[in-house]
Amino acid sequence: MKELDELTLPDDLRYAEDHEWARMEDNKVRVGITDYAQDQLGDIVFIDLPKVGEAIEKGTRFGTVESVKAVSELFMPVGGEILAVNGDLDGAPGLVNQSPYEGGWMIQVTPDNPQDLEKLMTHEAYLEMLKGLE
Amino acid sequence: MREPPGTTGLILNEPLLWEKGKKGRRGFSLPRRDVGFYPLDEESFGEGPDFPDLSEMDVVRHYTRLSTWNFGVDTGMYPLGSCTMKYNPKVNEKLANLPGFSGAHPLLPFHHCQGALKLMFELERLLAEITGMDAVSLQPAAGAQGELTGMLLIHSYHKTKGRPRSKILVPDTAHGTNPASAALCGYRPVAVKSNEAGVLSPEPVAQAMDEDTAGIMVTNPNTLGLFEENIQEVSEIVHKKGGLVYCDGANMNAVMGMVDMGEIGVDVLHLNLHKTFSTPHGGGGPGSGPLCVKDYLQRFLPVPRILHEKSEYILSEDFPESVGKVHAFYGNFGVMAKAYCYIRSMGPENLKKASQLAVLNANYIKESLKGVFHLAYDRPCMHECVFSDRTQRAFKVTTLDMAKRLMDYGFHPPTIYFPLVVSGAIMIEPTETESKENLDLFIEACKSIAKEAEEEPELLRTAPRRSRTRRMDETAAARRPCLAG
Amino acid sequence: MRYLPHTEDDISSMLQAVGTGSLDELFSVVPENCRRKKPLNLPEAVTEWELNELMQALSSTVASAPDYKVFMGAGSYEHYLPASVNSLLGRSEFVTSYTPYQAEMSQGTLQAIYEYQTLVARLLGMEVANASLYDGASALAEALLMAIRVTGRKRVAVSCLVHPLYRRVVKTYLEPTGYEIMELPRLKNGRTDLGPLADLDGPAALAVQSPNFFGCIENLRLMGEKAHERGALFITCFTEPLAYGIVKNPGSQGADIACGEGQSFGIPPSFGGPALGMFASMAKYVRNMPGRLVGQTLDMEGKRGFVLTLATREQHIRREKATSNICTNNSLCALGAAIYMASLGGTGTRELARLNHDKAEYLKAELKRAGFKLPFDCPTFHEFVVEFPAGFELRHKELLGKNIVAGLPLAPYYPELCNHYLLCVTETKSKEDMDVLVREVAS
Repeated sequence: MKELDELTLPDDLRYAEDHEWARMEDNKVRVGITDYAQDQLGDIVFIDLPKVGEAIEKGTRFGTVESVKAVSELFMPVGGEILAVNGDLDGAPGLVNQSPYEGGWMIQVTPDNPQDLEKLMTHEAYLEMLKGLE
Repeated sequence: MREPPGTTGLILNEPLLWEKGKKGRRGFSLPRRDVGFYPLDEESFGEGPDFPDLSEMDVVRHYTRLSTWNFGVDTGMYPLGSCTMKYNPKVNEKLANLPGFSGAHPLLPFHHCQGALKLMFELERLLAEITGMDAVSLQPAAGAQGELTGMLLIHSYHKTKGRPRSKILVPDTAHGTNPASAALCGYRPVAVKSNEAGVLSPEPVAQAMDEDTAGIMVTNPNTLGLFEENIQEVSEIVHKKGGLVYCDGANMNAVMGMVDMGEIGVDVLHLNLHKTFSTPHGGGGPGSGPLCVKDYLQRFLPVPRILHEKSEYILSEDFPESVGKVHAFYGNFGVMAKAYCYIRSMGPENLKKASQLAVLNANYIKESLKGVFHLAYDRPCMHECVFSDRTQRAFKVTTLDMAKRLMDYGFHPPTIYFPLVVSGAIMIEPTETESKENLDLFIEACKSIAKEAEEEPELLRTAPRRSRTRRMDETAAARRPCLAG
Repeated sequence: MRYLPHTEDDISSMLQAVGTGSLDELFSVVPENCRRKKPLNLPEAVTEWELNELMQALSSTVASAPDYKVFMGAGSYEHYLPASVNSLLGRSEFVTSYTPYQAEMSQGTLQAIYEYQTLVARLLGMEVANASLYDGASALAEALLMAIRVTGRKRVAVSCLVHPLYRRVVKTYLEPTGYEIMELPRLKNGRTDLGPLADLDGPAALAVQSPNFFGCIENLRLMGEKAHERGALFITCFTEPLAYGIVKNPGSQGADIACGEGQSFGIPPSFGGPALGMFASMAKYVRNMPGRLVGQTLDMEGKRGFVLTLATREQHIRREKATSNICTNNSLCALGAAIYMASLGGTGTRELARLNHDKAEYLKAELKRAGFKLPFDCPTFHEFVVEFPAGFELRHKELLGKNIVAGLPLAPYYPELCNHYLLCVTETKSKEDMDVLVREVAS
């Protein structure tokens, strides 16, 4: 498992306490899990995601991610309607391990309140939080 | 000093059943046909299954070879924490299979199965005495089913009191079956943190306990191998708010003849006959999980119950408040018979001795490996002790790597990554049936492995190297499940 | 004591290493108020020879083959077990090993259980089978809970011709969570009446047994269609897996989940336990399945091997969100079943099933000829119901004295069926045994 200084934490993203990241793209928010989360879970074997069109509130569970030895629930960093779901993850769940911020994206959301993104942590705050966990 | 048990040897390959055989081969002596053929109607009857046809020798070679790829208690030391892998006496196997027991139909009229009913009746009383509880049901088919039955019992109790409750307290050291069994009953498990000494403190329990909480599920000794020294106070707190105390008795092997569970505040307790009472583990069962309760809860026990009336043993369903049935018949009788033989063979003094020696063995290992691995809680343990990989992580070696390397030395690894409260946990339970020489060999092997972790870590990361197969690709198995051939 | 290897020397040198003065001192962590006040009040230890005697004495009071001819089934069946099966099942590497969590040291158990899963799936015509549950009754309860999880609905329909004791276990499992069970009545011909299903709002599952408790083979295809029309999962259960040696298997008739009792395959009756819960479903539901699963994979050198897989469904990872709380199951019994199925083979299974069927047909014909009424006019496998004349209980008791168990009285389970008895014939009953039975009940 990686040391904290080995983690990739892009500075153009926002981070949630339970290790999801969110990126604003043209008024739509793309969501996935962080490098820390995928490293802790190990090889990911299965991801359960919601259906397009579902409306889910901020902080509510939107799916689960499973590795060989663990299961983690996924929580909405911002509330909104599910616009798109990454179909590639069905046949290739390992994408989340290999490329957690690009190919391993999970859902795209039309946010209820685009300002909610600003309430999430910056990459520095997230790193501080991770240091506290050790 | 003796050599470690692990070595190399010639092991044979063996294909899957359907990769062998030839159509028309026979491995079975078909009984004589002494009646004619009767027609089969087309709507109901069909072709039959696509099984391979094998000769008796095909089958015998197949399973003999497969058995050589396994490792049992009879092969070597199996220090799995909380599993109590003690010696499985052979006489118990033989006697449990006497024709009157193995051939007994469960629905025989009572008069024609007295021996079986008597064995169960007596076993209930023996287990009640050993645990200090008042009444026992042998029906649950395994520990987890015993837990479920206990939860159902607690649920019924609260229902009859007119206030069904929705939560139950579960310590953070609990075995996964505890919250799973509670959830099956509709209870929401509420976690209670253990303190820095690794046991429950009264304060967090008092904070969490309220009148919507059905009770608490404790394990005593707990999964860290520590006696829950505050159990009396914890029980009082729970009882004061009308809750019940459930004890997971998986670790009973530490306290036989020493502790009276009934006296310390436990209301409901399950036992694992395939742990404490020497019945074999069978590669994953069958087990048996008897439920022991205090007198005021016996009316809820599953039915039928065995009664002794007018010098006959009978089965009675006359318990209107019973939780019902969890097993079609009476539980795993074949397993009970073995446990019965064990208790009768050991007798009261040897059962107590067994617990004392189990605790001695675990403490001996703890003291011997204290400087070698990081000891999670540096205090006297009961029948098991918990280490972690904290020291070895400096060399990028994990608990998993060390466990796999132990195989090369000829030992089954201890329990790993449980309990969850210790990161990289290594839980070692030697049991009382391991001799000092075996413990010393195990300790030497652990010391060698710790040295290798520092000097040649690759040996560990690529372990096991002497087994028939190397480490399995578990990721592929879960991503693309192939569950049938 | 031969199971406790420590000598006095061992104990004293180990106590020294631990830094404790005595065995009792090891328990000083246990508070005074938790200690037993009195020693264990148990019978004194017996020698191996005394144990032999007392167990023989108990065993000899039980009515079993070959002394007794037991014509009962009802969820527990007497079949011949070849010596080879028992011999292989007794190998201590199978018997004394633990659950195969450490795959490299347990390939024997893992491959054997993978083979068991495959054979069970083929027997039942289903896509995936698990590594075993406790018994047929708990398997049915788990199947219903699984259907509830999959559909998100809260009501199930269960036929009254499912084994009465299975229905009681189902009730115990489903009651605390408030799921509704509608019991479907029976038709005059011995099959289930699906009529009331139309009135059940939003059923999660329809569960029937075939051959059912009366021995009658249900029309599964029709029932499956009805279940699917209502959006429910179709669950079929069984108590006698040998039936599928010649009866059309549930998978071919539309079952989503097939579960039941596997005791007939390699396990003696054992007074009801240990038994073998067989459980299989369509592949699309596998992540909702309870119980362990063995999967095929490769090791790091590319060699074929087997592991426990999809473990995130189970209690040790998912804890309260697990698909079941099951941990220890009935692995050795599953192994026994696999060895039995391997010994029988496909050809042998068909022949043995046919033999069981024909022997029961012979008894049916002879009983009819002797003037007895067989009330249910449906194809059966090896169990069927006979109506004996009023007051037959007395004759039944007399026959016990002649070492014959002439069937199971149905009245305790179906009060309207007094004087009706459920009889079972397996390959263990000869033509002569059956002729004696007919003669005795007719006189």
